[in-house]
Amino acid sequence: MKFDTPAGPNPIDKGRVIGIAHDRIDGPAKVTGTAAYAYERHDAAPNAAYGWIVGSAIAKGRIAAMDLTAAEASPGVLGIVTHANAGKLSKGNMNTAHLLGGPQIEHYEQALALVVADTFENARAAAALVRIDYAPEDGKFDLAAERLNGVIPPQGFGGPADTKAGDFDGAFAKAAVKVEQTYTTPDQSHAMMEPHASIAAWNGDKLTLWTSNQMIAWSVGDMAKTLGIPKENIRFVSPYIGGGFGSKLFLRADALLAALGARQVGRPVKVAIARPQIPNNTTHRPATIQRIRIGADKDGVIDAIAHEVWSGDLPGGGAETAAQQTRLLYRGENRMTAHRLVTLNLPEGNAMRAPGEAVGLLALEVAMDELAEACGVDPVELRIRNDVQFDPEAGPQRPFSSRKLVECLRAGADRFGWQRRNPKPGQVRDGRWLVGMGMASAFRNNLTEKSGARIGVDGSGKVIVETDMTDIGTGSYTIIAQTAAEMLGVDLDQVTVRLGDSRFPVSAGSGGQWGANSSTAGVYAAAMALRAKLAEKAGYAAEQAQFEDGLVRMGNQSQTLASLAGAQGLWAEDSMEYGDLDKKYAQATFGAHFCEVGVDMDTAEVRVRRMGGAFASGRILNPKSARSQVIGAMTMGVGAALMEALDVDTRFGFFVNHDMAEYQVPVHADIPHQDVLFVDELDDKSSPMKAKGVGELGICGAGAAVANAIYNATGIRLRDYPLTIDKLLKAQAA
Amino acid sequence: MTPVELTVNGREVHLQLDPRTSLLDALREHLKLTGTKKGCDHGQCGACTVIVEGRRINSCLTLAVMHDGEQVTTIEGLGTPEALHPMQKAFVVHDGYQCGYCTPGQICSAVSVLEEIKAGVPSHVTENLDRVAFSEDEVRERMSGNICRCAAYSNIIAAISDVAGESKA
Repeated sequence: MKFDTPAGPNPIDKGRVIGIAHDRIDGPAKVTGTAAYAYERHDAAPNAAYGWIVGSAIAKGRIAAMDLTAAEASPGVLGIVTHANAGKLSKGNMNTAHLLGGPQIEHYEQALALVVADTFENARAAAALVRIDYAPEDGKFDLAAERLNGVIPPQGFGGPADTKAGDFDGAFAKAAVKVEQTYTTPDQSHAMMEPHASIAAWNGDKLTLWTSNQMIAWSVGDMAKTLGIPKENIRFVSPYIGGGFGSKLFLRADALLAALGARQVGRPVKVAIARPQIPNNTTHRPATIQRIRIGADKDGVIDAIAHEVWSGDLPGGGAETAAQQTRLLYRGENRMTAHRLVTLNLPEGNAMRAPGEAVGLLALEVAMDELAEACGVDPVELRIRNDVQFDPEAGPQRPFSSRKLVECLRAGADRFGWQRRNPKPGQVRDGRWLVGMGMASAFRNNLTEKSGARIGVDGSGKVIVETDMTDIGTGSYTIIAQTAAEMLGVDLDQVTVRLGDSRFPVSAGSGGQWGANSSTAGVYAAAMALRAKLAEKAGYAAEQAQFEDGLVRMGNQSQTLASLAGAQGLWAEDSMEYGDLDKKYAQATFGAHFCEVGVDMDTAEVRVRRMGGAFASGRILNPKSARSQVIGAMTMGVGAALMEALDVDTRFGFFVNHDMAEYQVPVHADIPHQDVLFVDELDDKSSPMKAKGVGELGICGAGAAVANAIYNATGIRLRDYPLTIDKLLKAQAA
Repeated sequence: MTPVELTVNGREVHLQLDPRTSLLDALREHLKLTGTKKGCDHGQCGACTVIVEGRRINSCLTLAVMHDGEQVTTIEGLGTPEALHPMQKAFVVHDGYQCGYCTPGQICSAVSVLEEIKAGVPSHVTENLDRVAFSEDEVRERMSGNICRCAAYSNIIAAISDVAGESKA
């Protein structure tokens, strides 16, 4: 099906299963440990050997010599894969650096060898005996030092590098109130709980990979390209994924090296990237330097706004598009955004949850707080005054498909008790705690991607859905089952969902918060095709047939799905693709975050005391899992505000704190109860589901709300994330 | 190879293990009990939490040979999809997970935390060491060794409170 005109009434509107809070259908498997993740497929590959990755100890240079003698002689070793024996390898379209390095080395911890042995212990011990002599070269590792060497980056998901409208410089010069500040955000790590892991098995020239991957079709394609074999010869299986957040969008070293290892030793090989290797071997969210200038009248109405962003990546990499939201969030006739990319020889930068907006809003929404104070306008009211119902770069001819920012701001403020906030910083005390409230707008683009599925009814009337869509914790299993149940008029427990297998139709996959809306729209398309087949078999006109209670009805006639499907079952396959509604209409998701912090008056320890928000993301398919997505993302925003940073060793070019002890993420004790309100919205220009993404919206702005609450509590304005105790104490002393 | 006898989920098992084998790998790779997860293999994340001799431990931080003759309970020993343990059921009802990878460790920890509170074992946030009682802050403190990057924290606390009979709802 093609979605190129706004959706009218359709079977999803019934809301019998869709839009109702359901427990996850994969829940019982997950809570009992019976859901098998990639490394755990003893059933599929009972005789798998174990691979251990040897990573580069330098950031840039060459392998001068590699001595495998001791490793090869170590007990249980079956083989060692290196560039010298791996055969000719290409690089995947989505990879910036080669997944197997050598002789050239592109970054620290780049995989240089895979040691394969009969046991995990033997592989790990032998890997320590691989001796590599390096010929290091100088590299560039310091974003701030390289800033002036930035170039215009290639265009990615974030649109063009630069945009402008009106005359920013002229309008800013004349503005009554000005904010001009620079903000910095550090490199961050996804730190998903399940390490990258794969088991590979060859059968002749056919490769099967049990793996943990968000985007099956992308990664099959990149495996085929890297190995130089047809993608028809490759099968990926990824039904359970222990977290992604962008880290598993692409083919990674575990997958490629498992395939190479299995080919070399002639039996299945399993490889997990060891936790301390992950931050330097794989991808991370790149650090940014962001300069924001806002010019407004004395009432805070914006006339000029500019957002410039610098970030770094390896040669051939991309930019962190942190100015994206500034193109669409607030009014202002005179505006510009710009991204500049510098070459750094750090590990590969790439997408992490809400690439662009997650860090862009850490800057923009603090700048808005600064503007509110400069104008003496309440921060919520300031944002309401600057609301705009069309793309402010394109003008009124490109309206938003649906934009409920103001509703979110008002509803969120009410629920949180925002009116109790004292606008003057440093006034509220609770014992030894300085208490403050902060808020921020939430904004994330809504992307739609082509997505396919097949759906069938068997002879017992049960429904089966198959698609290569993935569930990375997002709740895909359940919302896909809900969609199928709604469309075919059966109960949720009558639906079986099979995901994450490249033998199934290609889906949108999980990324960019497009997964839920796009993949269910694909199931909608396949279900419409199946409804037509069922109606035809029943002899009913497809438009008049009603699907309910396991029956196809027309007038007072009815037949059961089971009888129509027959013993053979009845299947249909289709995909949903999109026309230009996202060009005609700006499509985005909105919200408002509110946060109350306490800051210890002596130690500057920050505690989040309360947190809540209101969000508009179109139809909420499963309020239970959608709420979990939002609170999880809010928590990641707290991490970004208070603790998360990969610390760069600018001498040797690597991230020093490369494990879960030293890369700090929020734990139970850091997070209070979180309140989430979904504002009613149906977006008929997004898809027939009238839904939009929600998985990334929650991180967008959450950290800025924390930062603004710290300012309100203490009067200390920090612009260099994360806002750690050392920085607060230094500012307090100054 | 070293012989090791364990009682895992009530079943006696006899293993011949490389002495370097962690308890975690003995469970996952030798007994094929893959419900216990390897998140970091360094005692940093809590995904590998199991209950040994009635106390929760990080099974990645201990060698299997150190537990010869001991009783081990893993997530598989608490309940099955058809017969969920009350804590497992509460995690489903309160959506106390997302990707599910930290979940077995969270649940093993949660079951133990309630036992620890009952037994009067104090924590860093216990105000009165003579009267250890359930509170959300006690649970948050005690569960902080189990990282959930999906951050179902708020829901996990609701699930544990529910099982403890302290539900607000």
